[in-house]
Amino acid sequence: MALLAALHFLTDNNMNTSTAPKGRGPLGKSEMRLAYSMILPTLLIVLSIVLLPLLANFWISFKPVQLGDLRAPSVIANERIRPAPTAVGDTADVSYRLRNSSQKGAITDIQFKDELPAGLTLAGELDSRCQLQGASLSCDLGDYEPGFRETLKVPVTATQIYIDNPDNPRASKPQIEGTADNILTNNQFTLENFKKVFSADEFWLVLRVSLYYTVFGTIGALVFGLFAAQLLSTTFPGRGVLRGFFLFPYVAPVIAVAFAWVLLLDAGPGGTLNAILLKIGAVDGPVNFLGQRAVPFTVFGFTFKFPVALTTVISFEVWRYFPLSFLFILARMQSMSSETYEAAEIDGATPLQQFWYISLPQLAGILAVLFLLRFIWTFNKFDDIFLLTGGAAGTRTLTVDVYEQAFAVSNLGAGAAVAVVVFVVLLLSALLFFKFSPQDDG
Amino acid sequence: MKIGNTFFIGLVVGALWAMIYSIVISVLSMLVTGEAIVPDVGNALVGGAAGAGFYLLTPLAKREELWLPVSAVIAFAAFWGMQKITGVNVVATTVQVFTWVGIFLMSAISWHLCFRDMPAGGQGRYQLEVILIRVFKGIGFVFFTIIVALPFYVMLMTSLKSQQSLLANPLDLSINVWQDPKTLFRSYIELFTDYRFGLFLLNSAMVSVATVIITLLFSIPGAYAVSRLKFPGQAVLSRSILLIYMVPAIVLVIPLYAVFSQLGLRNTLIGLIVVYPATTIPVAVYMLQGYFRGLPYELEEAGLMDGLSRLGVILKITLPLSLPAIASVSLYIFMIAWNEFLFAFMFLDDPDIFTLSRGVQSLNSSEIPRQHLMAGAVIATLPVLVLFLWFERFLVAGLTAGSVKG
Repeated sequence: MALLAALHFLTDNNMNTSTAPKGRGPLGKSEMRLAYSMILPTLLIVLSIVLLPLLANFWISFKPVQLGDLRAPSVIANERIRPAPTAVGDTADVSYRLRNSSQKGAITDIQFKDELPAGLTLAGELDSRCQLQGASLSCDLGDYEPGFRETLKVPVTATQIYIDNPDNPRASKPQIEGTADNILTNNQFTLENFKKVFSADEFWLVLRVSLYYTVFGTIGALVFGLFAAQLLSTTFPGRGVLRGFFLFPYVAPVIAVAFAWVLLLDAGPGGTLNAILLKIGAVDGPVNFLGQRAVPFTVFGFTFKFPVALTTVISFEVWRYFPLSFLFILARMQSMSSETYEAAEIDGATPLQQFWYISLPQLAGILAVLFLLRFIWTFNKFDDIFLLTGGAAGTRTLTVDVYEQAFAVSNLGAGAAVAVVVFVVLLLSALLFFKFSPQDDG
Repeated sequence: MKIGNTFFIGLVVGALWAMIYSIVISVLSMLVTGEAIVPDVGNALVGGAAGAGFYLLTPLAKREELWLPVSAVIAFAAFWGMQKITGVNVVATTVQVFTWVGIFLMSAISWHLCFRDMPAGGQGRYQLEVILIRVFKGIGFVFFTIIVALPFYVMLMTSLKSQQSLLANPLDLSINVWQDPKTLFRSYIELFTDYRFGLFLLNSAMVSVATVIITLLFSIPGAYAVSRLKFPGQAVLSRSILLIYMVPAIVLVIPLYAVFSQLGLRNTLIGLIVVYPATTIPVAVYMLQGYFRGLPYELEEAGLMDGLSRLGVILKITLPLSLPAIASVSLYIFMIAWNEFLFAFMFLDDPDIFTLSRGVQSLNSSEIPRQHLMAGAVIATLPVLVLFLWFERFLVAGLTAGSVKG
């Protein structure tokens, strides 16, 4: 949906770029202040949810952080009174079993606070780290190593008040504060993530699959969009309905259409497309469209491998996004003046010549912009492949790899490292495009 | 009557159309009625060639009212004859006969559309290209209609069937409309009663509407400032805010996941309501600033002259004039938020706060029958499709406005 705006951005050269006058009067200054106050909220939210995370991703990619490390180490306390006092004067221990929840991170400077149950008085020596004022107990427990555990005991005698109203010790929860080293903010860095990413055998395969997917998905969507736009370029009854209908794949939620495709292409019993193909005799056995990596085929004695699953996910991408190129190409075609065509007609240009020499050059600008945007968005695409194949059968692209590393293997750092690769490749292709893009003649 | 290249092209095109329709319409009647209809492509080719050949030999003036139906009958007759000769033994059930009639009727209409003003004689390059383009367009219409419709048709029909009948015959997507609605819609009823889809629907609606409102609250002032007020950095901002849209969501997921986990925002709808607007605001700002620029500034100046403050001008002049743009931006944002999957999938673990996308995803398991999954897909799709169809003209105009120049 953002295409409209993006297209604006890239094609609009009538934009009002006149700069403000150098000297700024009082009115100008108040206008400036107003402008900043109006744009500030937008900038702040974009900064905090998009730009900061982008930087944070670079940061995380240099950190040895696992998914499980996200829960910060904390002190877990378990309080009880043993033996339970039954009569006035009984002695007991209020004991706190304390442990560091983390096996990896230390907690420092632990401050412990709790209210003793009413009606218990101190009987004996208090732990040297603790102080008791009235019923409130406070302790300075120092540092806990990873996995450290201890039991803190407060010897008490019961009075009548306690016997009358035996308090559940859990009624007042101990307040424990400590400083834990947060894996995300500490100074521990590593290059291990990148080493791991680049040394993995499949990395280059993943990169290649990503590029195939992006290039063919983009070109496919453009070609199909161009074709569909040609169909609807002339007016006929039902054209409006058809235009809306052709946009369905783009408008429907990805989750719905992806699962519809999965069922349609199912290789097991119940797959509609395989049943159709079998019925009309196009194939001998069911084709596993989404599960088969490749089928070998021979041309002139050379054996090639045709990537089945990858072709299927590319087809899905083309199917889902041709409507977008279709819409924009159609809009561009409708804005072309008919005079050129009339002149060409008189000069005897054939329909194909008119298309090739008049329509296509005028469409070059929008096609180039569509190519760039679709390229970027296809490269960024995660949901489609994830829902169709989950990255199996040779369809794992970089974006799916980010998910796999970070959440399936639970190595956040490695996932972030792959995400850095995604970003860098994206940046490089955008730069390359701007260097070699055709000039818009529109 | 001269016979030239057009006649021979007509034979080929006629055969081609008959082949295409014999496959398409046979499969179609198979899917709609559930009866096993096997296309007889070989004989259809002959029938199509015969019908189109006859059509081309008839005079131009009378083709439409007379020879078009006659050519269909001749094609059918040739097909029938070929079946007898080749000994293909097809039982002529009602569905089968209707299928054949459909095949040759559609073929006849198609060759009529391709050749309506073409005599059978030799034609120049221009006319041949016209024919070629017509044929390609015809194939295009059939092709695009099928590829767009098929997944949606399968989705809808599967959601109304039972697992057993689907596995028994996956081609039988027919449904008995007259059965008890409770049986017909049992998947939907179960989703709403046992799988809490009512709640998911509500969650999705809430998140989407909140996203729209927040996006508008942020983007209207932002777009106004960028398009109307002068300040240092205005040009840079108005051009660069869209670059935000090029940042891959997957790059943002890990840091946001990490930070939101530690802030306790991850498994909450608030988390989504924070993230969604951040991704939609740049687009909204861009769309709106384009529209604001197109409004006549004189109106606002007049308002300022008459003593309105800037805020007054925005509220009383600019906003009422931009209602169409604001409405179409709202609709886009709503669709983006409604269809969003990645963040909903990463953030939400608790079924109480699932959005529809996440809810449908949770149905994707081998224990849950597939008609439930498809019913979920229909429930997720229907609101956006209805919204889209309702406002289509308006949306398309908004989406492409100004993005292409003459």
